[in-house]
Amino acid sequence: MARWLSRVGKIGTWLDARLQVGGTIRDTMAHPVPRDTASWFYVFGSATFVIMVLQFVTGILLAMVYVPTPGEAWQSLQALNGQIAFGWFLRAVHGWGSNFMVALLLIHMTQVFLFGAFKYPRELTWMIGVGLLLLTLGMAFTGQIMRFDADAYWGLGIGASMMGRVPFVGSWLVGLLLGGPIVAGQTLSRFFTFHVFVVPGLLIGAALVHVLLVVKVGINDWPMPGRLVNRKTYLARYKRLLHEDGVQFVPDAFQRDLVFSALIILAVLVCAAVFGPFGPSGRPDPRMIDIAPKPDVFFLWLYAALALLPAELETALILIVPVVAIAVLLLLPFISGTGEKSWKRRPFAVLVVVLLASGFIALTWLGLQPPWSPSMTAWSGTPLPPRLLKERTPLELQGALVFQNKQCRNCHALGGTGGDRGPPLDNVAVHLTRDQLIRQVLQGSGEMPAYGDHLHPAEVAALVSYLETLHPPYQPAARVSAASSGSSP
Amino acid sequence: MASPSPAPPRDDPRLPEPRRGFLLRVGLGLSALAAALGSVPVLGFLLSPLRTAGERKWVRLGPLSDFPVGETRLTTFQNPSHQTWDGPTAMVPCYVRRVASDRFQVFAVNCTHLGCPVRWFPESGLFMCPCHGGVYYDNGSRASGPPPRGLFEYQWQVRRGELWVRGGVLPTLATPA
Repeated sequence: MARWLSRVGKIGTWLDARLQVGGTIRDTMAHPVPRDTASWFYVFGSATFVIMVLQFVTGILLAMVYVPTPGEAWQSLQALNGQIAFGWFLRAVHGWGSNFMVALLLIHMTQVFLFGAFKYPRELTWMIGVGLLLLTLGMAFTGQIMRFDADAYWGLGIGASMMGRVPFVGSWLVGLLLGGPIVAGQTLSRFFTFHVFVVPGLLIGAALVHVLLVVKVGINDWPMPGRLVNRKTYLARYKRLLHEDGVQFVPDAFQRDLVFSALIILAVLVCAAVFGPFGPSGRPDPRMIDIAPKPDVFFLWLYAALALLPAELETALILIVPVVAIAVLLLLPFISGTGEKSWKRRPFAVLVVVLLASGFIALTWLGLQPPWSPSMTAWSGTPLPPRLLKERTPLELQGALVFQNKQCRNCHALGGTGGDRGPPLDNVAVHLTRDQLIRQVLQGSGEMPAYGDHLHPAEVAALVSYLETLHPPYQPAARVSAASSGSSP
Repeated sequence: MASPSPAPPRDDPRLPEPRRGFLLRVGLGLSALAAALGSVPVLGFLLSPLRTAGERKWVRLGPLSDFPVGETRLTTFQNPSHQTWDGPTAMVPCYVRRVASDRFQVFAVNCTHLGCPVRWFPESGLFMCPCHGGVYYDNGSRASGPPPRGLFEYQWQVRRGELWVRGGVLPTLATPA
């Protein structure tokens, strides 16, 4: 055993005499860090890096089977899921790894923001970190396209529609995004190139520089309320801190990174084993249009925002907000590069985090159960509860049929079922008089189509007489007041 | 007779400045030339989708008898510039509305809001979008919801008893069909 070890040691010495990296590695391991930073708050960045490596490994393995053409991609994913040993598991690890990586990166970013780590002298570290965020989101979006199913196919159309809103150069951008005039073979090939070569190459380069800067400039010291960052004194004070209250990176700080990263990897493996791979959903066949495409979880907030914003703000949201947001993130170290670091004395920073996080969570929640989408099958597949049909006249029952057959139920719920796009109509007669009901049906509004050209007068009469019965027993239907009924034509 | 002095080494700092930097300048110049020449095909290749981006061609949709007067039907055509590896994505769906025996409307299925496929409901005469709830009337005009305009329409033509459309480009607000 001892002889064997000494032989390995000799090989190591021989290699290092030529590579000359041993000294650098030893120095990096032993470099001092402030004692406070050997903390569980400082583990998210390293865990993100470790997940990135996991994504590289699983991605390379998946690429051994995946076929990046629209004719075969879906089938090759099915083969990975069903035929090739552990193919389903590697797909699941890659998919869950992606979610974990984005989540950890956002947590890491929030932590360094609240701890003032973007301030002098770590401005560049933060800016490269912003680049890493964009690259990681780019990986998540292009990865969603690699899972080439119906959602991916129509998702590309949605991306093209967004690009098409750019003034003047919109059609060029659509052409460059799709690699041609429509979503087809050349589109998947170019997204494959981005997902497998371009973005990972940039990602690994930027991540290494990011880590190098953390080592060279030094990890952000624990923020103390009242200890302000000053460009003239900071470096000397940081050096003194390392000297007086420093610990070695390995093992004092590193051990927590190690434990947390291992736990995260285990969590990804457990999620993959328990929940399995993501999709693919339906075939990417444009002829099958009975589909409501939805983005992956980290883009649901955008999907929700695009449904809820007033139409005139949409183009601004799509085109201007991302540019401004990225500019603000990049310029943050120059807007607030010195001064207070501790979140305890930066109420505005805390407020921004709380607002962004609650907005993100609320929009994502709405995106999971989109109330703005019509329920496409409610008109044909959802029964009416008996209490909404009992003791109605034949004309009123005829109106209930019109209500179902004209797809009103797709947007309006009755008895708690149906679409949420428009208001539920269980008590509509309390709010609207007969004339108002007729007007609403015939003329619609900005949010409701006008049915004037699509209903016979007899159908309107039946529909409205049914709607007039929709009020609770203890509340009468709305009536025209005596004064206005006298003057109405 | 004085012995000849040895030739000065090339990087001799005693040499005049211009001669010392000559080869470096030649190297930089040649590299710039190589980069410029090399970038022509690279840029041309990368930007090549722009040349075909606006290309539309007439495609046959089918005999007129496939489209009864007064009805709106979903049909598909093959993208005129397809590749063999496109698989099902070479197909493009569209709605054909025959208004009268000699009058048609051919709508792209893509919602003008963000491109999701709209569905046709003949009972109410409406197209509804499943994504953000855009609704269009049977003639393609906007009825309600977020779409900024009516459905995109393809140009159509009747040739020898068959309906043809001019297709080949994904319709967006930048390039309406």
